[in-house]
Amino acid sequence: MASSGRRWQDTFEERRFLAPLLIAPAVVFIVLLVGTPLVLAIYLSLTDATAGSLSGEFVGLRNYLDVWDDENFRRALKNTIIFTIVSQAIVLVCAGFLAHALVRNFRGKWLLRFFILLPWAAPVALSTVGFLWIFHSLYSVVNWTLTHDIFPGGPAFYPYRAINWAFARDFWPGAIQISPIEPIDPPQWLGEPHLAMAAIILIHAWRIIPFATVIFIAGLASMPPEIDDAAKVDGATGLRKFWYVTFPLQLPIALVALLFGIVFTATDITVVQVLTQGGPFNSTQILTTWAYATGINGAALGEGAAISLYLLPPLAIVAILMLWVARKVEVT
Amino acid sequence: MRRESLLSYLIVGPFAIVLAFPFYWMLMTSLRSDNDLYDIQQVPFKFNADSPTINNYKFLFQETDYLQWLGNTVIVGVVVVGITLVLALPAGYALARLSGRWGQSVGVGIFLTYLVPPTLLFLPLSRVVSDLNLNDRLWSLILVYPSFTVPFSTWLLMGFFKTIPPELEDAALVDGASRLGALTRVVFPLSIPGILTVVIFSFSLVFNEFIYALTFISNSETRTVSSAVPTELIRGDVFYWGALMAATLIPAVPLALLYNAFLNRFIAGFTGGAFR
Repeated sequence: MASSGRRWQDTFEERRFLAPLLIAPAVVFIVLLVGTPLVLAIYLSLTDATAGSLSGEFVGLRNYLDVWDDENFRRALKNTIIFTIVSQAIVLVCAGFLAHALVRNFRGKWLLRFFILLPWAAPVALSTVGFLWIFHSLYSVVNWTLTHDIFPGGPAFYPYRAINWAFARDFWPGAIQISPIEPIDPPQWLGEPHLAMAAIILIHAWRIIPFATVIFIAGLASMPPEIDDAAKVDGATGLRKFWYVTFPLQLPIALVALLFGIVFTATDITVVQVLTQGGPFNSTQILTTWAYATGINGAALGEGAAISLYLLPPLAIVAILMLWVARKVEVT
Repeated sequence: MRRESLLSYLIVGPFAIVLAFPFYWMLMTSLRSDNDLYDIQQVPFKFNADSPTINNYKFLFQETDYLQWLGNTVIVGVVVVGITLVLALPAGYALARLSGRWGQSVGVGIFLTYLVPPTLLFLPLSRVVSDLNLNDRLWSLILVYPSFTVPFSTWLLMGFFKTIPPELEDAALVDGASRLGALTRVVFPLSIPGILTVVIFSFSLVFNEFIYALTFISNSETRTVSSAVPTELIRGDVFYWGALMAATLIPAVPLALLYNAFLNRFIAGFTGGAFR
């Protein structure tokens, strides 16, 4: 009895049995809860299913074509691309500066790092509610600051005048030029399409900058110190060192931050859903909110699934890029 | 002061102010009275009539279901953390130790599922949840949330177990311990930091998650914080901005503190494994 128990244990501990046994539960769970719904989403997108039932008539690619014909869908697609690209461009630049500054040691670094991490750690839905108040139509602190003398007692300085002086001019291209700000009628951040778009982009950049920064810091910290010395010997300093030494070495890890940032922004629904619900007049709809409006509010499950599945090809490309970066890093 | 640290302050300082400003503003707003808040003549950067006050916090805890929402989120969080550990710990260990080349591929495959976003899956899952009669029940969230906590946690733990030298286990095995014994007595005590990271990560994801909670649950008593605050506290024309800001601030600060403490582990999770 004892010997057969021993043998059973030996078999159990053999690698080719034990490893799959330990991995299987996680894999089964993931296949059930990610794989199945993904297949189900693809199936739904090929049927005319509505909220009442999971099955519908097979309609082929009609949902994909129908939703494409909708003007709102194309705006949603365009907005998704614009929000993602512009916010990630802002993130890369800001995180680059921040990481270079934070990699050094200085007094009070822990506290400053804590402040910088706040946007990433706080639940997005809740911080977006905070922005609802910051961009409020009557009590917006942004507008208050713009239209009041911010050095009371000192020289009279009204920020909106500086902005008007700089940006409300003819020589700017349309995207940058603004109409003059009037204190009596301050900007309606969430009520005017372009301002609402700007607000959404800023919130996305705001919440992803901390994430990109910490990843950049990890990359900078992992650079071997010999490289610094070698660069010094060769006389590379400042911008030249950044361009010829730091930048190429940091490219893979920066790419990781960028790819995650793209996924987090393009697939997010929370910021837009809480801030504008796609308004005003559907001007800030993105693919995810439009899928929600169509599939849940409009009960057209098939079309909703088709809308969200337009996200799948770009996601697949991002995944492939990530694997490519990972392999490249491993080789070097 | 050295020139380099001065430069650091000049860059980091303004960023810290801008990035943390919304939270400072939530705190200010949550401490102001209605008379102060809705008086357009007042300077909003200082406390005026009847302020500072804790009335907004009183209102939040006494007149709304906020405590219930927090409780719901914590319940879901604890159960999800449990499920995540049960699934991810053995898988992460096995992927790091016991399997060769194909283990690497399974690991990468598991990680890739982390990239499949809830916004792609919420429509079919909403049907499945209502077919299972789980609508408006916390079980729906408990069932679905591990689908994004398990992949990342497995990946994170895999990276972590790789840093524990296998010789430690081999020594225990030579001393006559079974593999299970070596695991529980040698490996797991060493991996407490990794386990804690997974706990915090999964817990904060549960606090963060919005779209499943919004779709699966529509009655106030079973909502979680993230979906309850934007839907239940913002309704109709009456906004309780002071209470709203208190509601957003309360979960944010502890989560940020925890994140800060475990920052380096998270970075290893996102960049580690393949990027070492």
